[in-house]
Amino acid sequence: MSAISAEDLTTINTLVERLKQQPGALLPILHGIQEQLGYIPSAATPIIASALMQTRAEIEGVISFYHHFRATRPGRKQLQICRAEACQARGSRELEKHVQVRLGIGYHQTTADQEYSLEPVYCLGNCACGPSVRVGHEIIGKVNPQRFDQLLEQLSTLPLEFK
Amino acid sequence: MSVTVFIPRDTTALALGAQQIAVRIEELTQDHGDPIKIVRNGSRGLFWLEPLIEIETDQGRVAYGPVSIDDLPGLLDAGMLNGSQQHPLCQGLTEAIPYLKNQQRLTFARAGITDPLSIDDYLAHAGFKGLNKALQSSPQAIVDAVKTSGLRGRGGAAFPTGIKWQTVLDAQAKGGDAQKYIVCNADEGDSGTFADRLVMEADPYMLIEGMCIAGLAVGATQGYIYLRSEYPQAQQILNQAIERATQAGYLGENLCGTGKCFHLEVRLGAGAYICGEETSLLESLEGKRGMVRAKPPLPALVGLFGRPTVVNNVLSLAAIPYILAEGGEAYANFGMGRSRGTLAFQLAGNIARGGLIELAFGTSLRELLEEYGNGSATGKPLRAVQVGGPLGAYLPESQWDTPMDYEAFANIGAVLGHGGIVAFDNSVEMAQQARFAMEFCAVESCGKCTPCRIGSTRGVEVIDRLICNDNRDANLLLLNDLCDTLELGSLCAMGGMTPNPVRSALHHFSEDFLPKLPSSAARLSGENDHA
Repeated sequence: MSAISAEDLTTINTLVERLKQQPGALLPILHGIQEQLGYIPSAATPIIASALMQTRAEIEGVISFYHHFRATRPGRKQLQICRAEACQARGSRELEKHVQVRLGIGYHQTTADQEYSLEPVYCLGNCACGPSVRVGHEIIGKVNPQRFDQLLEQLSTLPLEFK
Repeated sequence: MSVTVFIPRDTTALALGAQQIAVRIEELTQDHGDPIKIVRNGSRGLFWLEPLIEIETDQGRVAYGPVSIDDLPGLLDAGMLNGSQQHPLCQGLTEAIPYLKNQQRLTFARAGITDPLSIDDYLAHAGFKGLNKALQSSPQAIVDAVKTSGLRGRGGAAFPTGIKWQTVLDAQAKGGDAQKYIVCNADEGDSGTFADRLVMEADPYMLIEGMCIAGLAVGATQGYIYLRSEYPQAQQILNQAIERATQAGYLGENLCGTGKCFHLEVRLGAGAYICGEETSLLESLEGKRGMVRAKPPLPALVGLFGRPTVVNNVLSLAAIPYILAEGGEAYANFGMGRSRGTLAFQLAGNIARGGLIELAFGTSLRELLEEYGNGSATGKPLRAVQVGGPLGAYLPESQWDTPMDYEAFANIGAVLGHGGIVAFDNSVEMAQQARFAMEFCAVESCGKCTPCRIGSTRGVEVIDRLICNDNRDANLLLLNDLCDTLELGSLCAMGGMTPNPVRSALHHFSEDFLPKLPSSAARLSGENDHA
């Protein structure tokens, strides 16, 4: 369990206080935390559990059920590659191999320099213009290996902050 | 004279550079004599032409696409801002593009025409007519109009919407309050589908209006849109639209000054395909793991937080404003047999002209693939088509003349589902596609039913052994047996329908499951194509 800063703890407490009264509050709370911190630190679990009067196991169970939620800190840029059929038909199987070789990591991993995290995704809704890649909140279409290399170059040279 | 330039802001257009194009056009036209007004419209759904720029002229809008940022100086030199049709990227008048002109757009009538967030635009294009009618009607009259329309759930299961609404209208909410809910299933997880996304990004007020009407029909005052987290653009647009609609009195405590009430909120999913299944979706909305519930009780009676709940797909709810405004009969006049109205087909994958095609039921798959799609994107012959998402069958060319309606597809062991059509050219390896179907089920199963949770992993292993030609006959038998177990022993469609793509691949493309011989290399290069 990695330590978390007092500032992050305040963020978690504030979010939980603000959202706990809504019906079905758990997913909005988890989204809120991940949106702000990039992941859901294990220190958040007991705070959420006591606010929602649920067990820690229940909270952990929900976090681990959903692919979107992550319990470890991601790289500075989060890449997702669409693995679904429509992108496969347009060459995503080749793309995913290329990306993994290029970054030197597999799915669910982060590069050693903490720069990139790689996740699979099953459909970004850009099925007529795949293969599709998501970087933060941006979706990029028609990504072949060459296009991906250009993208990587832009990402590594631009001081852009992708959330 | 001012010039109006339309540059779409939907996910596909943005994924292909529409934002950079909008910024660049602004820069390049700073010295232009006439004032330039850039409208960020929704997409027309002609995704093969995105980014599609349109210019307003006296004759109508003139279209240019697909535009890249490098084309802009040339387009401007060729007089794009005056609607000149000289440039090779000019597609002529948008409305005259055959791909669009030949469609029967009811649900997508406004898509790409309006600014999705402009209530004035929406009103100018018959917006809120249905809601105004609903506000003057009794709940039963609203439900009757939906019944007359013959609308069936567009999520895939095709259950008659009017009957579902009647059940919720008649239901007595248990507990102290009489709370009922409207839940919009916007967890559009099927690969090859983007119609829900297009509604939400291009015409969000239509969905809001449809949900409001549903609330009035069954007596529900709270609605939730359960939106998948893979749709960040839709989330942003919906939230802004809800805010504006609330300010304008189309949502909230006092709908259009009538004293009636309907609240609406967007809730985000978290990357679980299974949450497109309605009971799993309800669990997720309640803040739990998205585990499928046993039915009965029906969600119509015991739904969200145990209260009577309408769960409808985006397209079902989006069809409601038209049905109320024009009457149930007007909608029922489209379609064939028991499949009434229109369906939004979504042409995707390896196809030259992918996009959204709204047509009455009954058109053939071949017509969509050839006349609209214009064959594969790679130029190689098409070989297999998966209809209805990852749980739909792969169809060989011999089945492409099947009319696109629910019953005709059921007769050949296939499903229309949500109308997604994913085309593959002849480089596809169908054994790998069958393997992926099992792998996807293993990744996305909620884990409640053993056949789905474990059978899918075993399925991947058995297909791997088949591909390696290990103990072929025994493994074929085992795979068929496993498919039967999945189909018969699963609570929901995830496990129950995963055999569809597997069996259809085995049945129609059995040659792909044979050991790789030099002849299969010949097929891959397209020399020996057969379906």
